Amino acid sequence: MPAKSLPQPTPETAMFWTKAKQHELWLQKCEETGKFFFPPRPASPFTGGPAVWERVSGRARLVSFNIPHRAAPGFEGEAPYIVAIAALDEGPNMLTNLPGAAPDPTTLKIGARLELTFEDRGDFSIPQFRLADSQ
Amino acid sequence: MKEIVIVGAAETKRLGIIPDQSVMGMAVESTLSALSQAGLRITDVDGVAGVLPVVDFAFTLGIKPRWIDSTMVGGCSNMFHIRHAMAAIQTGRADTVVIVHAESARSRQGSPSYAREPASLMGQFELPYGLLMPDTRLTLPAMAYLDKYGLGEADLAEVPVAQSRWANRNPRAFRPELLTVDDVLASPMISWPFHKLECCPVNDGGGALVLTSLERARDLNLTYRPVRIAGSGEAVETPGTPFMEDLTSSRAFRDASAEAMRAAGITHADVDHLMIYDPFAHTPLYGLEDMGFVERGGAVDFIRSGATGPGGSLPMNTNGGGLLYVHTGMYGMYALQEAVRQVQGRAAAQVADVTTSLVLGLGGMFAAAGSVVLQKSN
Repeated sequence: MPAKSLPQPTPETAMFWTKAKQHELWLQKCEETGKFFFPPRPASPFTGGPAVWERVSGRARLVSFNIPHRAAPGFEGEAPYIVAIAALDEGPNMLTNLPGAAPDPTTLKIGARLELTFEDRGDFSIPQFRLADSQ
Repeated sequence: MKEIVIVGAAETKRLGIIPDQSVMGMAVESTLSALSQAGLRITDVDGVAGVLPVVDFAFTLGIKPRWIDSTMVGGCSNMFHIRHAMAAIQTGRADTVVIVHAESARSRQGSPSYAREPASLMGQFELPYGLLMPDTRLTLPAMAYLDKYGLGEADLAEVPVAQSRWANRNPRAFRPELLTVDDVLASPMISWPFHKLECCPVNDGGGALVLTSLERARDLNLTYRPVRIAGSGEAVETPGTPFMEDLTSSRAFRDASAEAMRAAGITHADVDHLMIYDPFAHTPLYGLEDMGFVERGGAVDFIRSGATGPGGSLPMNTNGGGLLYVHTGMYGMYALQEAVRQVQGRAAAQVADVTTSLVLGLGGMFAAAGSVVLQKSN
């Protein structure tokens, strides 16, 4: 069975993956507007000006999801599995598989609160979000 | 400014499953067929545009272009090519342009592979979460849309149901059966809430368009009346759906269609026929609202009312659409071909008196949009 995909960081994204490995979520923030953005970029997409890295809360809510029945490489044993979009309280959207949640659309509610967790995979840690009441 | 017209428009004779023709074979067949409609020969062509390798294509046919465009923004690339070719002809960089498309997505005959670089944005931030194919990557924002307007699975199913009334009248449709909501919901689940009949098939096929100036068209021995390209628009937004500005609306849809309509000087009331690129059932809902034909959240009710079907006020996706007619991976060419046929009065399911057709193409995962207004020429 193929392994789940791993990222290959670039100079612009290395900070993100280095911090993730330490189980911390760091995003870039536009220095001028104070707005966070994701994915990482060489400059602020709001102004073209400089961006600074900052640790974010990891608090988010569920804004969309689907449940693929055909597996991507490495997900064969899990299909159907959840792919979801988490909107961080700081603004940007990120992906998650909602670890611990059943792939049952009747129990997944748009707007549900999510909290940050990490999935260790090979040499990387993948940021994930789980339902906040699943603890 | 010179008026630009389409003087040839042809698809491959066969569509769907074509194991005995390569990508280049289908490209050549449809190009020769489109040129013959205009009484033109290969030696008349001085511009070539397409996603397939343009140099290989020109070499294969012995074309010596003085202008090429290989813009690749996914399924709406051919809409971009039309827009760029118009400018090329208007500025004297080319006189006669072939825009060509062919894909062997089903049979994989001479078909390129799609590399997914682990250092790309997709490779770093989507693929690790098990998002690989468009049936997951492109459908992902749909739940945000459905939830926002209190809609569910059965509402999404209205899209293929409505389009099946067109496909059923089209002998070339890959999925010609009349469908009910129950049929759609009973088809296999692909990626909840999308069932098989809410996802395009994977097909083989090709098509070509021949563009020139109206002035030159008057000297040609044309099989069909030339179709005027009255306006165009192009826009790009995002490499992936999680990063859309609004999960329930496409900025690229809004910007490209608004520019095309503005350039053509038309209003919504002028549109007799509409094509909205539909690789999956949600994109016509986004398109109808983003183009301003219906209010936010109103697209499902509009479609359910029959407005987009035969005899309706806004006939849409009249070949059956990407969902039911054909989908080779980049469907834009087939949406354009159907719009040309409708304006020329030769479509399989012909709408009465089409003067103006509006086409909205989607590229990638809500990455890009290209829009074109086609009109009867005087």
